[in-house]
Amino acid sequence: MSEHAVDARRLLCPMPVIRTQDKINTLADGDLLTVTCTDPGVKSDIPAWCRIHGHKVIDTLTEGREIIITIRVQKKPTNAP
Amino acid sequence: MTKQRKAVSLISGGLDSMLATKVIMDQGIHVEGINFYTGFCVEGHTHAIRAKDKTKEKRNNALWVAEELGIKLHIIDVIEEYKDVVLNPKHGYGQHMNPCLDCKIFMVNKAVAWGWMEENDFDFIITGEVIGQRPMSQRKATMPIIARESGAEDRLLRPLCAKNLAPTLPEREGWVDRDQLFNFHGRSRKPQIALAESLGIEEYSQPAGGCCFLTDKYYAGKLEDLWQSRGERTYELDDIMLLKVGRHLRPAPHYKLIISREEGENHYLTGYQQAYTIIRPVSHEGPVTIVDGTPSDADLLFAARIAARYSQGKDTDNVTMSITPPGKESLDVTIPPLTPKEVPESWYV
Repeated sequence: MSEHAVDARRLLCPMPVIRTQDKINTLADGDLLTVTCTDPGVKSDIPAWCRIHGHKVIDTLTEGREIIITIRVQKKPTNAP
Repeated sequence: MTKQRKAVSLISGGLDSMLATKVIMDQGIHVEGINFYTGFCVEGHTHAIRAKDKTKEKRNNALWVAEELGIKLHIIDVIEEYKDVVLNPKHGYGQHMNPCLDCKIFMVNKAVAWGWMEENDFDFIITGEVIGQRPMSQRKATMPIIARESGAEDRLLRPLCAKNLAPTLPEREGWVDRDQLFNFHGRSRKPQIALAESLGIEEYSQPAGGCCFLTDKYYAGKLEDLWQSRGERTYELDDIMLLKVGRHLRPAPHYKLIISREEGENHYLTGYQQAYTIIRPVSHEGPVTIVDGTPSDADLLFAARIAARYSQGKDTDNVTMSITPPGKESLDVTIPPLTPKEVPESWYV
């Protein structure tokens, strides 16, 4: 398990989602990713993307204008084709 | 054992692509969504910037549709590649700066050319297109052009109007049952709304202005102004984002003011202080202004007088404004705000 970070400050959705998606595509099962954002839209969009793809949001913090979302990457095999 | 067939669906977040996807999923096809981000997508941006929209739930409709349907959605950044579509559309523009036909060809081609589709053994592509729905890109004559020029050929299936078109590969091979597809045509939304009801879809997004800022005449006017002032047709992402924010006033060809309209835009424009000169009122409440172009020192003083016109001190004799060029110290100036008569309509972009 390793920890990673993405800086998505000043980016408007869907760019923070795309940065999250592209980073997670390079990570392994169990890795932790922390995404720092300023667009409040990420509070719904990043969890939605994670639910769709089977990853788990384990923490969401708001510090001033920054929103910090921590995701546990879950890449376990599924029954999907 | 019969092979599980797989389709990629272009998901915009609107009703048509949602229905097209659901119809194909209901035939036992494994569908995953793809959504292209061009930089001009209406989705999300202005809601995120403007504080007045903070009461609205912020969501990306493409993600929401994917979750409702229970499919994966892959969002692809095509900002750089899309520039050629906007700047050099082979099939021209629609009513404003919208290159709709080239855009659809580009997106279907991207899905086809996307290595992921072949690597993951996807068989065909679906879209929510309906013949006659859009005056430029969704006509009977353009459907084969999109299929041919995208390279998708007969692997491109439009479930909502398939019965008005020749059978595609998935239909001929029996992967999907053509009898369960539709023959929608024209601009009426009634067939889609009826189909949504029959499929149990109660909530969906139908943006009144479409999904792309290039179809908006005010936005298109600002883009043309940008190109004219620079003497070349180019843009970066920040350029096209800033066209969505604030009042744009051009008092001279070589510089332009972008004046915030409310608190959310104040915060957004302040984020550009490393790249642009920022003007703020000091003695009164008022908007953040950024100055784009190549203003002289005298121009910046005049810009401060314009910006003061939109502050709480607009009716006073003098307003103190701070002018902060990127990477430099702020300079406070006390100046008389322009009167309404001194701000001609022709300055508004």
